[in-house]
Amino acid sequence: MHLHKYEKIWLVFGIGSLIAFLLILGYGAFWQGTHPQSHGVTIDPNNIEAHEAFQEENLGLTKVDDDKYIVNIVASAFNYDLGKDEEGNPVKHIRIPKGSTVLFQVTTPDVVHGFNVAGTNVNMMVEPGYISSLETVMNKSGEYTIVCNEYCGVGHHLMYATVEVYE
Amino acid sequence: MAIKKLNVSSSTQTESLPISKPESRLYMSFIYVAFISLFIGGLMGLLQVFVRSGRFTLPWGIDYYQVLTVHGVILGLVLTTYFIIGFHFSLMGKTVGISDKQRKVAWLAFWVMVIGTVMTAVTILLGKASVLYTFYAPLKAHPVFYIGLALVVVGSWVAGFVNWRQVYLWKKAHPGEKTPLLAFMVTINTLLWFIASLGVAATVLIQFIPWSLGYAETINVLVSRTLFWYFGHPLVYFWLLPAYMAWYAVIPKIIGGKIFSDSLARMSFVLFLFFSIPVGFHHQLVEPGIDATWKFIQVVLTFMVAIPSLMTAFSMFATFEITGRRKGFGGLFGWFKHLPWKDVRFFAPFVGMLAFIPGGAGGLINASHQMNAVIHNTIWVTGHFHLTVATTVMLTFFGISYWLIPHLTGRTLTKKINKLGIIQTIVWTIGMTIMSGAMHIQGLLGAPRRSSYSEYGGGEQVTEWIGYQMAQAIGGTILFIGIILMVYIFVKLAFFAPKGEEEFPIAEEEEDAEPTPKWFENWKLWIGITVALILFAYTIPFVDIIQNSPPGSVPFDWPIGNN
Repeated sequence: MHLHKYEKIWLVFGIGSLIAFLLILGYGAFWQGTHPQSHGVTIDPNNIEAHEAFQEENLGLTKVDDDKYIVNIVASAFNYDLGKDEEGNPVKHIRIPKGSTVLFQVTTPDVVHGFNVAGTNVNMMVEPGYISSLETVMNKSGEYTIVCNEYCGVGHHLMYATVEVYE
Repeated sequence: MAIKKLNVSSSTQTESLPISKPESRLYMSFIYVAFISLFIGGLMGLLQVFVRSGRFTLPWGIDYYQVLTVHGVILGLVLTTYFIIGFHFSLMGKTVGISDKQRKVAWLAFWVMVIGTVMTAVTILLGKASVLYTFYAPLKAHPVFYIGLALVVVGSWVAGFVNWRQVYLWKKAHPGEKTPLLAFMVTINTLLWFIASLGVAATVLIQFIPWSLGYAETINVLVSRTLFWYFGHPLVYFWLLPAYMAWYAVIPKIIGGKIFSDSLARMSFVLFLFFSIPVGFHHQLVEPGIDATWKFIQVVLTFMVAIPSLMTAFSMFATFEITGRRKGFGGLFGWFKHLPWKDVRFFAPFVGMLAFIPGGAGGLINASHQMNAVIHNTIWVTGHFHLTVATTVMLTFFGISYWLIPHLTGRTLTKKINKLGIIQTIVWTIGMTIMSGAMHIQGLLGAPRRSSYSEYGGGEQVTEWIGYQMAQAIGGTILFIGIILMVYIFVKLAFFAPKGEEEFPIAEEEEDAEPTPKWFENWKLWIGITVALILFAYTIPFVDIIQNSPPGSVPFDWPIGNN
């Protein structure tokens, strides 16, 4: 099969760019640990409380160390359960100091959900039977909306919470 | 490279068979369904952008997600599949011919698909299947929804089998000759479709139907998603390849040129067959249950599928330049100025080609492993496929319709309709630039796709999003005007345009073109490599998914309002 000279140049340039992109992605993923979440940790969707992280008293924001936090969340149609405050009202807003390392752990007892801290890389599918988790450093202050970004039913768009990263 | 060349008799190169009346009726039946779908699906799209603007609520208690399900199913699955099968049959009828028996089986395919489509449509309209076109478990639709979908797929297989039979018989009658380019391309696309849709057929038949009927208590969610996306990505190439057929083998004729390279066109189609299937994980990059290394391996394979598109881009512009220069238009860009801009059969697909530049670049971003987290399930993705399928593919399908429909109905594309088509293309381009552009930006700001209007508790981010949703409403309205124009043009061409003979443009090779190598006809080799790549990309991670499965999920019908 004959290839025109210009076509060869074009394809070498094109394929070269693709290889360069892949090398950059691979370097980030395998050497800097920026893989998308892929832990494969399973859980019984009919009995998520059997896992310590998703027992009622452990939901929401927990400080584990200086600048280290864990946020445990149960996503269900159509709510993010972040635990209850002192008055017994459901928590819909959490505050985290800037520069903290935060581990988000999310699971669901029902259907597939999304979990996106909008405008950040904290973006995970939440599927029954699995624990989705991602550790990140929140180093930009501001208010972020957590949205369910996978269709979960008629109330899908009513599923949200907010995270405030303060100075 | 095999040296043995095929005997190319010039008669087969220019051969184009007449299309009889009964054949036309068959081909047009598929195209009628496609255009009815375009109108209904477009109307649903209009309702969606209105709702998302926040200034409009749906009347009579209609649910946003029901409208969204209709939009996705009817445009993504019905319009595309019917148009493509109608187009495939027309190309085969023109290049290799169809027998009476084959035509009868093709009608069977049509009716099986129609029955399936009607079954699915009824469940959606009754509000029993608001699961969107991806129907992710464990949301449970009415069983008839899944059975209807299965029938559509089975019908499409029957159509594909007829196409293979057509090529087979032609080959037998023309020993030693190469399969006509367009018939070769149709064969590749139906192969791609068959191998890919085995995945969705497996999940629907083995998992969804027994589970929705209550014979199976639970469903393995990740297995069903993996099988769906094994099908879901080649699906988009099944849409794109017919557009490429028109670009490679029809557009050169329309602009008065020749095919740039027959071998190169075949090569790019073979590469699409190889690389469009073993790549489904790039739709599942942020899922918890799939191993990261295998995700990355499929990302690498995904990038390979950009190569045949790069080849195509080169061929197109090479054809344009060679043709222009041969007509005597010199200068660096003189040839470009003299392309037939006023011929809608060229203009509409050309705009489609341009849209594939940002569309393809966006696709590379989406498939970029960890970068996917920036845009996954944001409305950026919706913006992306409204460039690729709803602009590149659709404008090319419209470009095909301007000559195919009058050719089949024995009418002509008049100057007036041609002009209207140009206006339609411009309206579409403006509407899509506004809508898709706004979607891309809003997605980068984190706004979700597939969501009804919501203020999400009224954060600052959300206020920003809603501004872009207004822009989408404006763009979407302009697009709907484009759809009305297109449906009007369709009705004109199908029923009212003056009687006459419209050309079925099929480009020829250069007189002195290098013969196409014989190894292109080695179907066993192509299928073998395709299967090997699929087994390589999927076996280990799939076994891993099954071995490490969590307990299955029971059906959930109340979240979609189906209880």
